[in-house]
Amino acid sequence: MAMLTMVKALNLALSEALREDADVVLLGEDIGQDGGVFRVTEGLLEEFGHDRVIDTPVAEAAIAGAAVGMALYGLRPVAEMQFSGFAYQAFHQVEGHVSRFRNRTRGRYSLPMVIRMPYGAGIRAIEHHSESREAYYAHTPGLKVVIPSTPRTARALLRAAIFDPDPVIFYEPKAVYRAMREEVPDEPEALPIGKARIVREGSDITFVAYGAMVRAAEEAADDLADLDGVSAEVIDLLSIAPMDTATILNSVEKTGRLVVIHEAPRRCGVGAEVSARVAESGIEHLCAPIRRVTAYDVLFPYFARERAHLPSSDRIVGAAREVLAF
Amino acid sequence: MPRKTVEIEPRVEYLSILDEHGVVDAALDPRLDGDLLARMFRYMLATRRLDERLINLQRQGRIGTYGPTRGQEAAQIGTAMSIGPEDWTAQAFREMGMMLVRGWGMHMPMFFWGGHEEGNVVPEGVNDLPIAVPVSSQTLHGVGIAWAMKLRKTNNVCLTYLGDGGTSEGDFHEAMNFAGVYSLPVVFIVQNNQFAISHPRRMQTRSKTLAQKALAYGFNGIQVDGNDILAVYVAAREAVEKARSGGGPTLIECVTYRLSVHTTADDPTKYRSEEEVRQWEKRDPLIRFKKYLMERNVLDDASVAGVEEDIRGQIKEAVDYYEAYEGVDPVDPFRYCLAEPSAELVAQQREFEAAMRAEGLMR
Repeated sequence: MAMLTMVKALNLALSEALREDADVVLLGEDIGQDGGVFRVTEGLLEEFGHDRVIDTPVAEAAIAGAAVGMALYGLRPVAEMQFSGFAYQAFHQVEGHVSRFRNRTRGRYSLPMVIRMPYGAGIRAIEHHSESREAYYAHTPGLKVVIPSTPRTARALLRAAIFDPDPVIFYEPKAVYRAMREEVPDEPEALPIGKARIVREGSDITFVAYGAMVRAAEEAADDLADLDGVSAEVIDLLSIAPMDTATILNSVEKTGRLVVIHEAPRRCGVGAEVSARVAESGIEHLCAPIRRVTAYDVLFPYFARERAHLPSSDRIVGAAREVLAF
Repeated sequence: MPRKTVEIEPRVEYLSILDEHGVVDAALDPRLDGDLLARMFRYMLATRRLDERLINLQRQGRIGTYGPTRGQEAAQIGTAMSIGPEDWTAQAFREMGMMLVRGWGMHMPMFFWGGHEEGNVVPEGVNDLPIAVPVSSQTLHGVGIAWAMKLRKTNNVCLTYLGDGGTSEGDFHEAMNFAGVYSLPVVFIVQNNQFAISHPRRMQTRSKTLAQKALAYGFNGIQVDGNDILAVYVAAREAVEKARSGGGPTLIECVTYRLSVHTTADDPTKYRSEEEVRQWEKRDPLIRFKKYLMERNVLDDASVAGVEEDIRGQIKEAVDYYEAYEGVDPVDPFRYCLAEPSAELVAQQREFEAAMRAEGLMR
């Protein structure tokens, strides 16, 4: 067991996959010589060479589109978008092709490929470096959208994504990259895509979160326990497409109360999806309205104002108290 | 410091071997063997007749909107015949001639334009990509395939098809750049058919040729008479050999003309004159090639009639097969969304099937 940051854990998953399977290749901007702007691919060029750790020109559509071609030929490309804010220059490839090849060819071709990208706020970055737009991808049929929350889940889910037969958008909460360490087993491990994780069990209220917001939800659960004697259950979705509805419904059946937390805007976000699923299939268990603690439907500010716009544990506690008092 | 000139090589070769009157330049004539020439002709004629039939089927409501190939047979067949089955192609949506050469059945375009994904199920053993509708998006797939070929140390190549309009898209430029930087075994086949729907070639770019786009990316571009299958074939073979031997990419601009509509939903009288079309009809790739083959005694009237008869039979067989097809199952999108359907998809499929049954659309 080693105590790793998420950056090191992702690096470990990539190096394991590259070592085990000669078809795995990485491509992206500055991922080779430089080891990636966040150092996720550090040292991989040295071990696996330029043919498999490919420094591309600055061209996001080319990264996604070339990865499609590589996958069609039988490779397992893992593409990196330097920041999710630049991935829109590849979005037409993702929506137009990455998601469609299996259906378009009735299974004659499939695309075992991953597109990794750091997302989210909290690192004092300039414009286009702080948004959370996972809903765009989750709204696109044919894609899986995975969002780890910790070093260990990052390593295990990236492995699962690389060896998945379908394309996976792998959204990495960059606020967590170096914010924590976690014990990661020596042997490779994979988590099933589409299965949520119960971070802590509780009986009074359910928090559903993912990515960097899992930590905020856990802090809120701590505060509620300490201050109010309330027992909150915290669910880490890990995958938003597909989504583990059963785990959410089971929890709500037990607690009767739900708060969904994400740093993406509220409108048509994952919180709306979670709420709709609970309303459709578990409304009889609810004893209070659902609350969403999210960013607002405004453009995310430059970093001088970012803290104010990110959901905080205090806001989650506030929402939980309203729900509990209903 | 005085201003200096940075030397680049601004040269674009133009190749024409068989002119529009069917006169061959003897010095450039590749003297291809008779069997190969006869096969080229057969594919060109098959493409022309199938194209006519598809327009017909569209007019009768038996398929949907269709994008004709008429006039571009030489550009497609000349390039497609320059590669082997281990090589790959990435196509756009007007490459029916190429598809026939590569082994797609004549029924496939009927399925595609008739609204069935089945028309995009690339036949087993055929290394082509399915039809790509978003303009130039397929060029990047060709580049990725070429990377994989290089990584696997094959000596295969990927032909990547696009049109004159496609050269304005960002994907094309990203593909060209990527291919150039890494010297990938890819050949860009630009069928300059003079129009992107209504937008004429001269308004697509200020560049004198489309071939010269390659120069900026550090490799060669060549312009050929795209209605001259000999020139197309020679240029493609050279580019393919160069790519196979590690020489990197080439762009071939095939100067041709879309003799028909953009699609059957298009009215070209709004943007081009009948006179212009008539001028290009004289340059029809089939007329000159047939003349050449007759003069070389590869064909005679009887053998042409025989080929026509064969093609008629094949087209009829394809139409019969297409129209007898009973495999339309609306549940299919659930089956081919993911390798293993998720729980939510399984639930939605059940909901869909129940709705279908309630509407009497499914038993």
